[in-house]
Amino acid sequence: MAGLGGGPAAFGRCTHAVVRALPESLCRQALRRAAGPEVDYARAEREHQLYVGVLRGKLGLQVLELPADESLPDCAFVEDMAVVCEETALLTRPGAPSRRKEVEAMKRVLESLNLNIVEMVDENATLDGGDVLFTGREFFVGLSRRTNQRGAEILADTFKDYAVSTVPVHDSLHLKSFCSMAGPNLIAIGSSEAAQKALKTMQQMSDHRYDKLTVPDDAAANCIYLNIPSKGHVLLHRAPEEYPESAKVFEKLKDHMLIPIANTELEKVDGSLTCCSVLINKTAVL
Amino acid sequence: MTTEAGSETEVKKGSEQLGPDKGKDKPEEESETPENQKSREASSEEAQDSSSAPAPTSQSSPSSQKKEKVSPESKGISRFLPPWLKKQKSYTLAEPKDETKKRTTEEEQVVEESERQTPEGVAQPKKSLEEAGAENQRNAKADDKEKHSVPSPETQPAKEDGKEMEVEKVATGKEETQEEKEKRETKEVQTAEIKTEIIPQKSPKKIKTVQCKVMLLDGTEYTCDLEKRAKGQVLFDKVCEHLNLLEKDYFGLLFYENSEQKNWLDSSKEIKRQIRSLPWIFTFNVKFYPPDPSQLTEDITRYFLCLQLRQDIASGRLPCSFVTHALLGSYTLQAELGDHDPEEHRSDYISEFQFAPNQTQEMEEKVAELHKTHRGLTPAQADSQFLENAKRLSMYGVDLHHAKDSEGVDIMLGVCANGLLIYKDRLRINRFAWPKILKISYKRSNFYIKVRPAELEQFESTIGFKLPNHRAAKRLWKVCVEHHTFFRLVSPEQPPKAKFLTLGSKFRYSGRTQAQTRQASNLIDRPAPYFERTSSKRVSRSLDGAPMGISDQGLLRDFPATGGQTAGDKIIDIEAAGQAKLKEGGREDDGSPVKTPQLELTQDGKTNSLRVDGENIYVRHSNLMLEDLDKTQDDLLKHQASISELKRNFMESTPEPRPNEWEKRRITPLSLQTQGRHASRAEGPCTGVSDAAKSSHETLNIVEEKKQAEVEIEDTLVVDETNKGKMQVATDAGETCKVEHLSKKDSSSLPSDSSSSSSSSESEDEEVGEYQPHHRAIEEVIREEQEEEDDMKRKEHEEKTQRVEAIPEGSKLKVPVEHTQVTAENLVQENAVTIATEEKNLSEEIKQDLGEEKEEEQLKLNGDVSHVDIDVAPQIICCSEPPVVKTEMVTISDATQRTEISTKEVPIVQTETKTITYESPQFDGSAGGNAGVLLSAQTITSESISTTTTTHITKMVKGGVSETRIEKRIVITGDADIDHDEALAQAIKEAKEQHPDMSVTRVVVHKETELAEEDEK
Repeated sequence: MAGLGGGPAAFGRCTHAVVRALPESLCRQALRRAAGPEVDYARAEREHQLYVGVLRGKLGLQVLELPADESLPDCAFVEDMAVVCEETALLTRPGAPSRRKEVEAMKRVLESLNLNIVEMVDENATLDGGDVLFTGREFFVGLSRRTNQRGAEILADTFKDYAVSTVPVHDSLHLKSFCSMAGPNLIAIGSSEAAQKALKTMQQMSDHRYDKLTVPDDAAANCIYLNIPSKGHVLLHRAPEEYPESAKVFEKLKDHMLIPIANTELEKVDGSLTCCSVLINKTAVL
Repeated sequence: MTTEAGSETEVKKGSEQLGPDKGKDKPEEESETPENQKSREASSEEAQDSSSAPAPTSQSSPSSQKKEKVSPESKGISRFLPPWLKKQKSYTLAEPKDETKKRTTEEEQVVEESERQTPEGVAQPKKSLEEAGAENQRNAKADDKEKHSVPSPETQPAKEDGKEMEVEKVATGKEETQEEKEKRETKEVQTAEIKTEIIPQKSPKKIKTVQCKVMLLDGTEYTCDLEKRAKGQVLFDKVCEHLNLLEKDYFGLLFYENSEQKNWLDSSKEIKRQIRSLPWIFTFNVKFYPPDPSQLTEDITRYFLCLQLRQDIASGRLPCSFVTHALLGSYTLQAELGDHDPEEHRSDYISEFQFAPNQTQEMEEKVAELHKTHRGLTPAQADSQFLENAKRLSMYGVDLHHAKDSEGVDIMLGVCANGLLIYKDRLRINRFAWPKILKISYKRSNFYIKVRPAELEQFESTIGFKLPNHRAAKRLWKVCVEHHTFFRLVSPEQPPKAKFLTLGSKFRYSGRTQAQTRQASNLIDRPAPYFERTSSKRVSRSLDGAPMGISDQGLLRDFPATGGQTAGDKIIDIEAAGQAKLKEGGREDDGSPVKTPQLELTQDGKTNSLRVDGENIYVRHSNLMLEDLDKTQDDLLKHQASISELKRNFMESTPEPRPNEWEKRRITPLSLQTQGRHASRAEGPCTGVSDAAKSSHETLNIVEEKKQAEVEIEDTLVVDETNKGKMQVATDAGETCKVEHLSKKDSSSLPSDSSSSSSSSESEDEEVGEYQPHHRAIEEVIREEQEEEDDMKRKEHEEKTQRVEAIPEGSKLKVPVEHTQVTAENLVQENAVTIATEEKNLSEEIKQDLGEEKEEEQLKLNGDVSHVDIDVAPQIICCSEPPVVKTEMVTISDATQRTEISTKEVPIVQTETKTITYESPQFDGSAGGNAGVLLSAQTITSESISTTTTTHITKMVKGGVSETRIEKRIVITGDADIDHDEALAQAIKEAKEQHPDMSVTRVVVHKETELAEEDEK
């Protein structure tokens, strides 16, 4: 029985993953904060397939893959559509109006998993899943261009067991653009000033003391931690080819099974590792 | 107990004899005017006791009556009783008489009989009415008496109500006669005892009892009768006894005012002073939610915590998700019903329980489903599982208060074990861990926290919140102080006299800290008590009072016997106190405050003055705080700058102890020679304001420091003496010291402190680091509280201050003596400076006040002086970090003050003000250059005849070395010439004798001679 997620020990447990295929419209129409080189769709697809392959094949998760929707160029970034914690899923109201339709498909798939679904209907609320960092003990919600106070409040109302603290995010798209959980009590954090400032805020807001793993590159601080029964600590992180210095830092994690994954193409449109999946821990009993 | 029994018999005799006399007295009383009624009543009581012997004291007519009543017989009896017994008892007796004047005659005549037999139900209601009117006065008086009677250093915050304050003023004059009264009272009290024992509940006349209802966590109701004057602790102990609960420090009693405002009953204060209206209804609740319930020792404690949490959850106070509701509900079922039984537990068995504010069918199904999975769990295990899950809820143990931020936005302030949380709606928008908070204060409806500067910041910042009203602000402040103390302060040394602890000091959370209660519960040695878990079914909860609750056999067995007995005893005590109050009331009417009372008071009881001192301290503090807040921005900035400067130095100092320094330290003999030097007085406000003061003040500061192995203990003795003669100085000092030891409730005796500190020092290093700021914060907070309590009645405060400052006829001599050696004392200077500013403000205020009002009584004078000192002392300790060579103590005196005070020549020292400091090579905590961590600090104040002794004990940890500093301040006030050298020598000697294992590091003699003639304004 896992009350409150079974406690910190169960952090990272995961049985299911929801992903979505890349639409070709992604290359040109996906939202991006800054202009830059065009996305190489073929390469992006290869990288994405590798990503899904790791989740499904290597880690044994049940991966639910939604079909791409060409009218929704950002639809591959499913993370922003839902926040799932234990048996409850909060369907978000993404900050970018063009993405709001992406929620529909997510809703269907989550309903199929018999999760308690909460929808964010308040028209004043916006929330991107990328702004939500769940540490196993509490939530931090980045207040960014995509996420506002009201959205955070609704999240707090949805997950009443947990403290929900807000963290101002200024210079990046999402809170998780420069941080993520790299272990049950470990926050991976980028080295930029903004990232460090955000970390300080989080540390002050928390009753708990987290360890931190500082990596040179903000983008590399976005990684995926999983606790797979047969494999223990698993960490998906950016490949050494992309961020060699940061990769070295990850390699110091001796207890983790490290899986480097390249994400060069999606990164061009502000995609990160966590963006591309919604991880769900479906317990058998309930 | 034994003594009381003996006394009872005697009492009976006395009472019988007294009977006739009473009758005589009555007519006289009746004739008096209504105004004097109260006083009369008191007097009549006294009259009962009997004799017509004229009292020695010369007060106005009412007082004289009282005196008359004091009969030799009564005195004789009183001798047998321990002083504290007598004093306390006096109260209750008085109250019954208050009920009805008319009745007094009858009642008095039949003292014994009526008390036993007559049904007093009628009388009680009357009492209540009268009480309402007269209570304020009584209370105030009672407070005074309490202070005197209880030889504890702690003073209660009596000033919460303006009414009380006023009363106090009146009462002070009357204190002269206290002893006598007490004696008389004792007789009466004894009679009361008899009555109570016979008919514990009914004895309305003599013992005023109030029925208390306590709603217990299992939904049952506990009812008992309490002395009207009983302190919160009495009730709390009764309830815990009823519950068979030993780990009770996590719990408390709540009462509601205005239906919504919940207040914690302060166990160290009288109930009636906290709850103004009848009936007395309380709720037994968890006050401090243990962060880790698994560390509780007994299952029964966990059980009550579970009950509390179930309430919290069902009421929505503790929000949780659907899943958690279901899970917790299932554990509740397992604990209360045992394994799921398909036969017995049909579909609807669950709906009788309430698991959530909005309970749905779906949730109940889920609960039932989960219940089945708990098969095999014992009730205790189920409770433990319940708690393990509940404790992780984010709002577990968070006490929420509505507030607005500086921009008027609605927010919630949550107080919890770790600090202060700020919520906007449901979101946590900020958090201030206790280590980060330097100071907590409130002023009117504003609540402030001063926050330690962040890494790159230089200055502390003060953050203000607006509470709905003053009471809310005070409530929040109190909760903060209590939580901080309970969860953050570890005082490894548990005072041996734990008994005193319960009385509590107004300055601090008086209970045990979590660390202490854990320690204590480790010693619990009893078989797990049997208790029955009640069902949390909705129906049973709300209505029927049938005790489904705890049916502990042990309880049933023990309760009747012990419970009854204790009740009787307590009643007696209360009675006595009541009497005292009444008598005082009478004096009030008599009225004109005598200006010489001070001396007499002191003579009567050395311990008496303790309370007074405390009160003064309160005022002081409050003024200080007010000043602080009222300061202009510039002042604030400067002040903060200086503080942060000190702090920076502190932080920068090397963490490791320097062996060299230690080696260098040696104990130098104190030279008694005073260097005549005009130093302004650090204590400016007190002295400066004193216009009429003709008494001479001496302040001797003696710092003792001892170095043991790695442990350094510093003892600072600050002796303030109010003296009339040389003789007093010597004796008084000695006596005061003794008093201190006895009275120390908060902490173990000085010697013990040193040892304990040494042992604990190293192990606690890390934790300690966080404590220092806290500690300081707490102290300051305390001051504020005082202020706040009085807040409503500032005027009254002012009056008090005025009184204090007005010294009847004394010339003040303050001779600060510093013995300085090359050790780092610079900090002291800085500190002094800061202090000085504050003091100035105070003095100014005081002056203003004086101008407006005249002081009636001067009793508090001594107290005030000590007051200031206290403030100074902690600061010095905290702040003095950087090693500096200081030769002289810089006295910071207000120019204004000086001018105002006319000084008079003192025989020995012919300067108006002298400050001499002797200092041994060691310096205070600052010397090491290490950033010390403040482990604990406590201030104890005691007063004896003409002396006021304030002891401040500070423990610090520096680089693995713990250091205990004891600072004593003795104020001697007197008209006559004092041989200062002798006095100083005596004080030092006393100090050394008391703490042979410590060394004296600093002696400051502060002499003030003032002309009484001056009117300040």
